[in-house]
Amino acid sequence: MPEKTYLQAISDGLRQEMRRDKRVFVIGEDVGVYGGAFKVTLGFQEEFGPWRVLDAPLSETAILGGATGAAIMGMRPVAEMQFADFISCGWDHLVTVAAKQRWRAGTPIPITVRLPSGGGFSGGPFHSQNPESSFAHIPGLKCVCPATPADAKGLLVSAIEDPNPVLFFEHKHLYRRIKGEVPDERYTTPIGEARLHREGDDLTVITWGAMVYTAAEAASKLDDVSVEIVDLRSVMPWDKEAVLTSVRKTSKVLVLHEDTRTGGFGAEIAATIAEEAFEDLDAPVKRIAAPDTPVPFSPALEAAFIPQVDDVVAGLRELAAY
Amino acid sequence: MATGTAADVVMPQMGVSVSEGTVTKWLKNPGDTVEADEPLLEISTDKVDTEVPSPGAGVLSEILVQEGETVEVGTLLARIGGEPGTAAPPPPKEEAPPEPATQPAADEASAAADEGVREAPPEPASPPARTPAGNSHDGDGHAFVSPVVARIAAEHGIDPSTVQGTGSGGRVTKKDILAFVESKATTPAPPEQPQPAPAENAPAPAPPPAAPTSQTPQAFGEGEQVEPMNAMRRGIAEHMRRSLDTAAHVTSAIEVDMSRVVAIREKLKGEYTKAYGVNPTYLAFVARAAVETLKDWPWVNGELRGESVVTRNYVNLGFAVALEGGKGLIVPVVKHAEGLNLLGMARGIADIAERARTKRLTPDDVQGGTFTITNPGSFGTFHGTPVISQPQAGILGTYAVVKRPWVVQDELGKDVIAIRPIMNLTLTYDHRIVDGAYAGQFLHDLREKLESWGESDY
Repeated sequence: MPEKTYLQAISDGLRQEMRRDKRVFVIGEDVGVYGGAFKVTLGFQEEFGPWRVLDAPLSETAILGGATGAAIMGMRPVAEMQFADFISCGWDHLVTVAAKQRWRAGTPIPITVRLPSGGGFSGGPFHSQNPESSFAHIPGLKCVCPATPADAKGLLVSAIEDPNPVLFFEHKHLYRRIKGEVPDERYTTPIGEARLHREGDDLTVITWGAMVYTAAEAASKLDDVSVEIVDLRSVMPWDKEAVLTSVRKTSKVLVLHEDTRTGGFGAEIAATIAEEAFEDLDAPVKRIAAPDTPVPFSPALEAAFIPQVDDVVAGLRELAAY
Repeated sequence: MATGTAADVVMPQMGVSVSEGTVTKWLKNPGDTVEADEPLLEISTDKVDTEVPSPGAGVLSEILVQEGETVEVGTLLARIGGEPGTAAPPPPKEEAPPEPATQPAADEASAAADEGVREAPPEPASPPARTPAGNSHDGDGHAFVSPVVARIAAEHGIDPSTVQGTGSGGRVTKKDILAFVESKATTPAPPEQPQPAPAENAPAPAPPPAAPTSQTPQAFGEGEQVEPMNAMRRGIAEHMRRSLDTAAHVTSAIEVDMSRVVAIREKLKGEYTKAYGVNPTYLAFVARAAVETLKDWPWVNGELRGESVVTRNYVNLGFAVALEGGKGLIVPVVKHAEGLNLLGMARGIADIAERARTKRLTPDDVQGGTFTITNPGSFGTFHGTPVISQPQAGILGTYAVVKRPWVVQDELGKDVIAIRPIMNLTLTYDHRIVDGAYAGQFLHDLREKLESWGESDY
């Protein structure tokens, strides 16, 4: 099986779907001639033509409004936000129209919104956010946050074929750093199904996106504690059973995410664990997340902002000692 | 520049017969700066709950015995390290006298005066001893049992306090209880239970307690909540059972017209409160009259000791004080009450009651009682049959002052019904030493004093 980067896997999955299904088209800023800010759609316009790889004006409102209309008319748009942060401009189309369309009118609204998200490269407050919890809160939207190349491709395919709007959070820090085996043939990764990244007995880490790797590195530094890592993969819907199964096994849980703490999706997970697995807990559910501030530019401050391996090690040790 | 260990904190000797104590709460965390004599931790024995002050100024460098752990007297609890620039230099080592290996317990008792601290001993104390059960409950009896441990305990009928805890603060973790369940499956022997603490002032070795509390772990049903007994509760349970097994309890009651007491109290209340900050309570009046009556009926203030009857020319008067929240009962003693007037009695009662509730009693405060007064009347009860505090011969119960229709004689000697404040008094006495007639006469005389005494008699 060929090894591919996270970015290549997204690109391959998208290309494969566009070859397979003529309803699938790409719209976004600089996705055509330039090949996308991160080169995910490099060469796409040559292959599929300017009408399936649309260079949009600098207006997320127009991109998401156009995608919403196209989806209602039976197309399968894949809209790219150059950075996930900019999705706020398109909030109204996404939240007011697209999220409610199927519930209100019963028509499918198969939009995929690709959202390059996350920090770790001094992108500052407008190019580093992880806004998944804002959209997970909106009934009618799905949110996926793949961590591995294989899941990135499989979840993108699932997102495109899903009849609902799916927000596909692709972590920029993983684009070229993470490589993995990715099947060439078409496959899907089910939305709402978690993946066990690492099996363990003593502690559970629930996380997703780039934090999966932070958790894994932290876990490998603890010789005496056996850490299980659940990669949620989908934040909405999320795999409650997988989480509760692991909680029942280890009884000590750390919820880890790169998004800010208050109202972050970890709060929902922690609350659900308290509600449904209270009698299986041997320690308070612990959260590690970014502090409630915008993402700082300064590398030193950003490192203090984004949960680091040492932070997770300390959190795990604290839980182990409890 | 002072560095290193400036002073050690050890479990103090809280009474001759007390061999162990439980750390209930650390008031400082490692790394905190502490002043000399600043309260450092709270401990609990079956006699008293008290604070232990810091032996010196410096930094609490290490806590060696966690909350909830019960350790033997003399066990090293913590180290106070000197901090550069702030602490005095450590005392020269040679000043610390070497400790004889076999120091009599009585000597140790006198060392209680040093409030549980001593300068760095020449021999480092052995690792903190744990009780056989190594239980993780604190002095309030509220062990933290995590939800999963509670569930496993309930499923297997285990008392979590019997499991050795390895978690934070000695907490029983899920792994601990699972290991316990497994070990129980392989070794059927029941876990060791802590022995009830020996009784204070016991005239003879106490008979083996028949308490059902030290049996094998009970099974707990749905809806039940389980918490381990703390040291005080264990002490109460043992003492109450032993008293009933020892003394022949009989209770007599008498009704007292408190009109004069009410009138005198009304008159004195403002003065006492203003001038002395002391409230002359009904209890103080009754105590004052009771002490006076005991002089005439000395066996009520006596003791059966072996084949002898002991009487005294003094009264050490114990008062049962309930701790808040049903946390227990303690009986601090007003010593030489025969020398106190009403003001002194009121002040003495207020003092011990306050110190009992704020855990500032010393071992001395709860020892040597010769007679006890219990006052459940503050809750409105009008009768009771209290249990005698061993090895005493009696306990006086005082109850609510209630306005009742009362037959009195008018100035012509005719019976009329008046409204009078009536208080019931009970004397529960040990019929082995005090007979019914004797007790009745005591109560009769006590009533006469309360009904006829003027202000100057108190």
